[in-house]
Amino acid sequence: MGDWKTITVPAPSSVLDSKNTSQYTSEKKMSPSSLNMQQVLRLPLPSSKSTHSFFSAFCTEENVEQSISYLNRELTTLGFPSLYAESKGKELNLISILNCMNELLVLQRKNLRAQEDVEMQHLKLGSDMDHLQNCYAKLKEQLEASKREIVGLQERDRQLQCKNRNLHQLLKNEKDEVQKLQNIIASRATQYNHDMKRKEREYNKLKERLHQLVMNKKDKKIAMEVLNYVGRVDGKRGGWRTDKTEARNEEEMYKALLRDYEQCQKQLLVENAELRKVLQQMKKEIISLLPPQKQKPRERSEDGIGPVLSDLEDDVGELNKENMWELSCETVREQLTNSIRNQWRMLKNHVEKLDNQVSRVHSGALTDKDVISREDHELETEKLELEIQHCKEMIKTQQQLLQQQLMSPCDDDTTVLLQDCYLLEERERLQEEWKLFREQKKNFEKERRSFTEAAIRLGLERQAFEEDRGTWLKQQFLSMTCDSKYLENVKTQSATSGSSDQDNHLMNTRSQQKKPRSLSSVPTSAELCQTIQHTPYSSPCAISNKTTEESKPNQWEEIYREETE
Amino acid sequence: MNFSEGFKLSGLLCKFSPDGKRLASCVQYRLIVRDVNTLQILQLYTCLDQIQYVEWSSDSLFILCAMYKRGIVQVWSLEQPDWHCKIDEGSAGLVASCWSPDGRHILNTTEFHLRITVWSLCTKSVSYIKYPKACQQGIAFTKDGHYMALAERRDCKDFISLFVCSDWQLLRHFDTETQDLAGIEWAPNGCVLAVWDTCLEYKILLYSLDGRLLSTYRAYEWSLGIKSIAWSPSSQFLAIGSYDEKVRILNHVTWKKITEFEHPPIIANPKIIVYKEVEKSATVETQKLSFPPTRELASSLFSIPSKYDISQVPMSLQYIKPVADRANPRIGIGTLAFSPDNCFLATKNDNTPNAIWIWDIQKLKLFVVLEQLCTVNSFQWDPRQPRLAICTGNSKVYLWSPAGCVSVQVPMEGDFQVLSLCWHSGGDTMALLSKDNFCLCYLEREEVK
Repeated sequence: MGDWKTITVPAPSSVLDSKNTSQYTSEKKMSPSSLNMQQVLRLPLPSSKSTHSFFSAFCTEENVEQSISYLNRELTTLGFPSLYAESKGKELNLISILNCMNELLVLQRKNLRAQEDVEMQHLKLGSDMDHLQNCYAKLKEQLEASKREIVGLQERDRQLQCKNRNLHQLLKNEKDEVQKLQNIIASRATQYNHDMKRKEREYNKLKERLHQLVMNKKDKKIAMEVLNYVGRVDGKRGGWRTDKTEARNEEEMYKALLRDYEQCQKQLLVENAELRKVLQQMKKEIISLLPPQKQKPRERSEDGIGPVLSDLEDDVGELNKENMWELSCETVREQLTNSIRNQWRMLKNHVEKLDNQVSRVHSGALTDKDVISREDHELETEKLELEIQHCKEMIKTQQQLLQQQLMSPCDDDTTVLLQDCYLLEERERLQEEWKLFREQKKNFEKERRSFTEAAIRLGLERQAFEEDRGTWLKQQFLSMTCDSKYLENVKTQSATSGSSDQDNHLMNTRSQQKKPRSLSSVPTSAELCQTIQHTPYSSPCAISNKTTEESKPNQWEEIYREETE
Repeated sequence: MNFSEGFKLSGLLCKFSPDGKRLASCVQYRLIVRDVNTLQILQLYTCLDQIQYVEWSSDSLFILCAMYKRGIVQVWSLEQPDWHCKIDEGSAGLVASCWSPDGRHILNTTEFHLRITVWSLCTKSVSYIKYPKACQQGIAFTKDGHYMALAERRDCKDFISLFVCSDWQLLRHFDTETQDLAGIEWAPNGCVLAVWDTCLEYKILLYSLDGRLLSTYRAYEWSLGIKSIAWSPSSQFLAIGSYDEKVRILNHVTWKKITEFEHPPIIANPKIIVYKEVEKSATVETQKLSFPPTRELASSLFSIPSKYDISQVPMSLQYIKPVADRANPRIGIGTLAFSPDNCFLATKNDNTPNAIWIWDIQKLKLFVVLEQLCTVNSFQWDPRQPRLAICTGNSKVYLWSPAGCVSVQVPMEGDFQVLSLCWHSGGDTMALLSKDNFCLCYLEREEVK
């Protein structure tokens, strides 16, 4: 029988459980009889190993020949060479068997690869399918959305069209109305004019009638009464109106008109000449401003300027010559204005180019500098502003102080005086002098009072002295009545007393009164009397204090009378 | 600034003589001629009826007094007080009367504007001019007095007749393309005549002295048109004030508009100075009151002094909305006046009747706006310098000059409402007229500060 071992088929390494086997068998697509056989064969093999169970299920020791013949039959139907040697007999051709086995293996591998490929393709197709399904779903959604959008837009479009139509309609209506109103106005105007004309004609008729009436009554009332006719302004007599005068009047009128026109024209000529001068100056300046062609070969774009400039310079020369003769023909004027326009345009271009250059340069490396300089500028301006504020505040405070100083003396006199600042110093001086004066006055008053007091005291003492003197004289008299030398004594006494009195008086006065005016008796007493009489007026306080002194003047008077007698 | 005492006046008839020496005033039917400097009465004339119009002749030798009710014009001579002249229009009636420029003819417009009678004081001749136009300004004399333009209307069409004043010869007679001529005015140079149409149509025509049409100007159609015009003293500009609250300036070379001045109620440009009259708080010092009160004190008690304050711009003026359906509405530029040196133009917009707008003509820009407390009655430029005197119907007179403006209380007894004023030709004296009185105001040189 050969070496018949259970050969493990090179199937996938997974454990062949019932699932795999069923799958495997289904894929194999063996003939149903073989399948049944395999199934039948499989069943009664419980004890053998799983790996071998499958393979031992088909062929056992009992059915070897049957299985061989079966296999041979199957293989021959599949196109393989027979297993048997020489188609009869039971000898097996090992080579053919091996070949068949190899072929089968190869076939198996091919099939497996094909299966793998198919599976791969299947997967791919599956994923493609998924992808396509997704795309389809998305596109469907998009389609829905866009359909909805279209519907919406259509709706909007419709609405706007409606609106547009309405507005057009309104516009048309308004225009119609305006036209109507204009027509109305025109018609009313014509109507009005027509009516006016009719009324005016009527009115004119009335006026004519009235005129006739007035003319009829002319000789009755309308008159001028004048005392005597006045002479004309120019003293001449009035002349008749003739053709000559009419012609002369016309001439005068035209002369006046011509004079006016000539004046106007002169002014305009002057203006024109001035403006022309200005234009010429401008032209020269523009030419000087423009870059001369030779020095800057870089500006090729302005090449056109060069020949134009030279042309212009020629023109300038020509025009200058022409202007010297002050021609004002059209072409010269046009040339002048055109040339100035061209030059101005060139200047403008030049300036624009410079601006661009400057901006380019600025946007480049010089930005920092600019920024810094601007910052510096701003700082400086801030500083200056602060300074200005400080100064303003100072000025305000000073103003306030000044106002305060001015406001403190608030009575009219000082304000009036203060308005004139020259009198201020004088005023102050005057005030000081017033103060001094017042002080002096007070001092004088005090002294006067003291003098009056002294005088009063003196008076009192004098009185006392007189009394003493009187008593002393009496005593003397009494003592010397028996004596013969009475009279002499009296005389001498009286003389001595008088002199002594005088001396005493003098001494007294001297001792008591220090002032030189009190040396002489009578005048001093008179003065004292006067002062005492004055004291009631000048120093009422003195009187109130010394009431007893009021009686003194009377006593004094009595004493004086006694003395004078 | 000195004020004279008040004198009686009636009808706002007070006129300075053209030579500046005399002043004529009317009180009812009496004409009083005073000397300007001393205000002494030089002559006193008595007319037959209440005087309604007074005019000096150009040589200051005669005065005409017109009494419209009686239809009489009386002429008085200053040289010969005994001389008298009476012109009686009789049944023709009298509506207007004026002197001719030579001072020897009187033009009387009869009632219904039937005719104009030219009475001559030199000869016995009388001339009649038929069909004069009954409009606001139908007669215009040139400044030099050589020509007279008269507006006429025949067969429902307007005409202009130009007369030579020396012999009353009809120089030119031409029709105008106006619907209903409203006024004519000569340019100061005497060579151009401006003719403007009724307010229903904005149209102004400019005719040369020989009757040729120089130019026509129409600003717009349909709306109310021209309200007032003014020539500049050099005849360079013609200012046209219209009902749309704008002033348009035409130039004399091309007769085209060079600029438009608008009068909006809100002033927004910060370069414009706005002077607003404000009332000063009345400070009456009780200590100085005395009985009976002095004249100055009495007037100051009854009228609050005012001064000008510079208002901040932007500010809005008092705007009056006009009554829509009435004729002759109070809107638009009603009064225009150029200053004598041609530098300023003073305008008054009737929509903002309290304000006077002063435009700088050299720069063609608004210069100053003066806002008063009351409606402006009248304003007049000083004939010698750019100084504007304004009166608003109260007892103050206002003066403006480029140096500044001042409000002056007129120290008059009682209630003196300044209704009108007129300058003396020398420019230093001004007559202030009220309903019953007038007084003179003497200004010092360089008065306004």
